[in-house]
Amino acid sequence: MTYENVKKEPLIRVAKRPEVSPKKAMLIRFSSILVALLLGGLIILALGFNPLAVYRDIVKGSLLSGTALKATAKIAVPLLGAALAIAPAFKMKFWNCGAEGQITVGAIVSTYFALNLVGDLPRPVFFVVTFIVSAIFGGLWGLIPAFFKARWGTNETLFTLMLNYIAIGFVKYLRIGPWMDKGQMFPKVPMFDKAARLPEVFGVHIGWIIVLALVIFIYIYMTRTKHGYEIAVVGESISTARYSGMNVPKVIMRTMFLSGAIAGIVGWMLVCGTNYTLSDSTANGYGFTAIVVAWLSKLNPFVMVLISAFLAVLQKGSNTIQTNFGIPASASEVLTGLILLCMLGSEFFINYRFVFRKKTVGGDD
Amino acid sequence: METAAIQLKNLTKTFGSVVANDRVSLEIRHGEILALLGENGSGKTTLMNMLSGIYYPDGGEIFVNGKEVIIDNPRDAFDLGIGMIHQHFKLVDVLTAAENMVLGLKEKGRLNTKAIGEKMRKICEQYGFHIDPNKKIYEMSVSEKQTVEIVKMLYRGAETLILDEPTAVLTPQETEKLFAILRNMKKDGKAVVIITHKLNEVMELSDRVAVLRKGVHVGDLITSETNPQELTNLMVGHSVTLNIDRTLCENPVKKLEIKNLSCVSDDGVKVLDDITFDAFGGEVLGIAGISGCGQKELLEGIAGLQKVSGSIKFYPENGSEPEEINGKSPMDIINMGISLSFVPEDRLGMGLIGNMDLADNMMLRSYNKGRSPFADRKAPAELAEKVVDELEVVTPGINVPVRNLSGGNVQKILVGREIASEPSVLMSAYAVRGLDINTSYTIYNLMNEQKERGAAVIYVGEDLDVLVELCDRILVLCDGKISGIVDGRKTTKEEVGLLMTSLGGEKEAVSE
Repeated sequence: MTYENVKKEPLIRVAKRPEVSPKKAMLIRFSSILVALLLGGLIILALGFNPLAVYRDIVKGSLLSGTALKATAKIAVPLLGAALAIAPAFKMKFWNCGAEGQITVGAIVSTYFALNLVGDLPRPVFFVVTFIVSAIFGGLWGLIPAFFKARWGTNETLFTLMLNYIAIGFVKYLRIGPWMDKGQMFPKVPMFDKAARLPEVFGVHIGWIIVLALVIFIYIYMTRTKHGYEIAVVGESISTARYSGMNVPKVIMRTMFLSGAIAGIVGWMLVCGTNYTLSDSTANGYGFTAIVVAWLSKLNPFVMVLISAFLAVLQKGSNTIQTNFGIPASASEVLTGLILLCMLGSEFFINYRFVFRKKTVGGDD
Repeated sequence: METAAIQLKNLTKTFGSVVANDRVSLEIRHGEILALLGENGSGKTTLMNMLSGIYYPDGGEIFVNGKEVIIDNPRDAFDLGIGMIHQHFKLVDVLTAAENMVLGLKEKGRLNTKAIGEKMRKICEQYGFHIDPNKKIYEMSVSEKQTVEIVKMLYRGAETLILDEPTAVLTPQETEKLFAILRNMKKDGKAVVIITHKLNEVMELSDRVAVLRKGVHVGDLITSETNPQELTNLMVGHSVTLNIDRTLCENPVKKLEIKNLSCVSDDGVKVLDDITFDAFGGEVLGIAGISGCGQKELLEGIAGLQKVSGSIKFYPENGSEPEEINGKSPMDIINMGISLSFVPEDRLGMGLIGNMDLADNMMLRSYNKGRSPFADRKAPAELAEKVVDELEVVTPGINVPVRNLSGGNVQKILVGREIASEPSVLMSAYAVRGLDINTSYTIYNLMNEQKERGAAVIYVGEDLDVLVELCDRILVLCDGKISGIVDGRKTTKEEVGLLMTSLGGEKEAVSE
């Protein structure tokens, strides 16, 4: 019997790499950002602008003056807060896409207090009370999908997403209905009284101190406590968690309460520290961008500080290039997307390499 | 000399830094049964996977009937007449045997079940198979599924048949049937390769043995000219003595009393049916049965992980009143002060966490001790050091993820953690599956040590030779029922094998 076999060795094959050193892995990740900036530069070039000038103006417009720096910080703080909020949930592989809604709920309850009770309470008490209440309500909003997941195994991604729309829809109702500012032509919630606005330190509302404290809190919570250990085990394997005696539904619900509570605090910061009012876009997409931050930082709170600062620079800088060059601000989103894509792609190169066909089939080794 | 059916020259395959096959040269001949022998991780399956197109070699050549070939995917292997039967069957459950035959074949025209059935019938008659072409795969027993796989390969014109540990899932009686069929194929001039690590099968069935050790082809012997001891030494690389030291049970104390245990699975099947037995301290109670006969549910039921009806009574050390533990969660059982250890079948999916390091895995059992909100990380790290030291775990350190360790070392970590708490009851499921000979004997010795210490050891196993050598009593499960409890010292593996199928016996008679 003879077989006609004219096949050649495949041109390119994918092979697993030997274990890569952490240093080399970081190098690959870092160069992926450079590749993203390069690709972004090509797009800017295609739009007819000088990429170097554009990048320079992004840095200038976000970092190189006092006002610019403050404005950038005001973006970075809630972004970092939201990323810290979703970190425990993501560690548990509970894909909380509902930070947006949890932020909004925190913002709603804070606004209720700011509009109705601000004069009745001493200022510090007012802030402490609103802080706590927004955390509780944000937590409860996060608890809803966790309860259903723990009880009936519902899909948390869809559930948390849908709850976002409910929260934001409710804001619309409040804005047009009971909380409408009667003196305005346009239906909007009134501006907060001066007493309900968060004090500033170095020109930025004190939220930044709270968020930095949260960085340390989350780091310790995740790495040193029994709760943190339970979250990690549940995230890796539910059967192992049950095997070791953990109460899995309790862990899921407790963690999502924490996640929602931190998001609620971010909502409190946004209305009392940044916007001084409630609007449909109070959460401003932070809850979604936070997913990118959490993912790129591999849930390390300290790396989150850097990533959220970086994304804030891009966002603030893009406003500058809009004024200076007339490039739409959404260009920064394109760039953010490119960076995420390249960084995710770089994971492939950390684990695999390409093998090309040798010159002679079956050549000697 | 006749040209070999398949000739391998210097085949090399690496995965990352692991060399799975190192310049292996081997001949597979027509009309011969070749046993490919080696411990787990010695590269047997990898080598054969390169022949069947699953992996592509990094170096070396393959010749089929004297001609050099490139096998880049399973279809190439089919075209060259190479058929491999994997440990995990590649069948579509909802289709019939006949439909599975032609799945993936690019034949013109419509599906002609009749013609397929006819062709299957011819193959079956020729080699002595029994198979119903119209039976759906999910209705079949493991042995029937394996038959379908073999017929499928022959249907597609395989001249060389590779079987990866085919007897792992069979009873002794089914194994005999399979061997008869393989001998028929040999007579018909087919080349047969059987991958195994069971020496008695090698001696019984094969004509020639190729031994692999750590990816290197270390021996090519004529079966009739060798003996099990020589093969073991070749396989392990140094001489080993193979015996299990079974001590007599000294005054056994009742630890567990199981009464009328039943369990219904999620899809409404009764997987445990009225199970009643006692387990004694100072005794190894073996549990035998074809896989999926309720072993998993039984152990998980006792551990509080599976909902079961009936009664599970635990008799405390101090001789006080027995306590009912059915309906209690694992945490409740721990809080009652009952030391119940469990080495589950799914090591990395249930017993351990692959992505966590050794110390963190030790914590699984102890993390909740004390009132502090902070976890004690020192004690588990010390325990990890101790287990690594005492059980000779090969690892770069206690801070590497468990998944990076080899199967045997993973199991040592798991067993080491479970016996560290000096359990009253130690349950293990398939504790030596996939382990090399040395590690397997380490595990048997650890079980025996626990027995001598006074623990009730429950050992679910699949290797009947080991069960009759290790266990004091053997409980045999068949379709979720107890088909017999026999004395380990007096029984034979044939008796246990018969009990394993005795309840299903009637069913088989019908199909034949």
